[in-house]
Amino acid sequence: MSELYEKLLAARESGDFGALADAIPYAKWLGISAELRDGELIGTLRFDDKLIGNASLPALHGGTLGALLESTAIFQVLYEAETLALPKTITITVDYLRSGRPVDTYARGIVTRHGRRVVNVRVEAWQEDRARPIATAVVHFLIEPIGKTRVDGS
Amino acid sequence: MLARIAEAFTQYVPHNRALDLRLEDFADGMALFRLPYADHLVGNPETGVLHGGVITTLLDATAGASVFMKTWKPVPVATLDLRIDYLKPATPKRDVLAKASCYKLTRSVAFIRAVAYHDDENDPIASAAGTFMVSTKGRSVVEQAGSTG
Repeated sequence: MSELYEKLLAARESGDFGALADAIPYAKWLGISAELRDGELIGTLRFDDKLIGNASLPALHGGTLGALLESTAIFQVLYEAETLALPKTITITVDYLRSGRPVDTYARGIVTRHGRRVVNVRVEAWQEDRARPIATAVVHFLIEPIGKTRVDGS
Repeated sequence: MLARIAEAFTQYVPHNRALDLRLEDFADGMALFRLPYADHLVGNPETGVLHGGVITTLLDATAGASVFMKTWKPVPVATLDLRIDYLKPATPKRDVLAKASCYKLTRSVAFIRAVAYHDDENDPIASAAGTFMVSTKGRSVVEQAGSTG
């Protein structure tokens, strides 16, 4: 059994996706993690100077918000979907609503439909005020039905 | 000129610098960036395939640069929306190129198309369409380069 697969099982059991996120090099480098809070899986992008896209405002790079939204959606699918394979992103559509200020950013994904091959997730990112989202996204994932493949590829 | 503009897009955009994004070419309404492969940008440690978020950032940065190549004025831009279709995984250990075209510019909005690929832009890893607001708050990277250079 692969290390990633073990971390995924542990994350689903505990709701703490920190160890799984740390096993994903890019998530670790960017500062993305996820954990259960009051029954909701909340993704976090910890602020760091390297996330800045516009130094004069300053504002977060739009790509980093896209990465947080996509990662949070993936964690949500891994948490609740009937699959242990990493979902493959087919399409992501991001709407940018407000500029991201240089502070931590949070995100929450909702599975809007779970089909046999496709999972649709709606995900929202905010900073201090959850009622004022800074970006939203719709993500469509391709999944392998359970029992066909696993995250370790076997 | 390429070197001067390329430097502006990295020096004044900290995240582009963190990713080591390089402006390789530009023309009227077109920008071409290179993302060098790096182990810390991997999304699946068992395959070595780059994370989708990196491709999103590369396409967003390239698309934003193509808007400037259309305006030829130091106007700041902000992404309004970006749709990305993932067509195939990036090949591990290989750099990714992104080419964006700003095909329509109005007073407030710029419309772009972009692709990410290894060798052939007609065989892309990802394809994107997006819109940008132009003349937003803040100063453009090129303006900052002008004021300090």
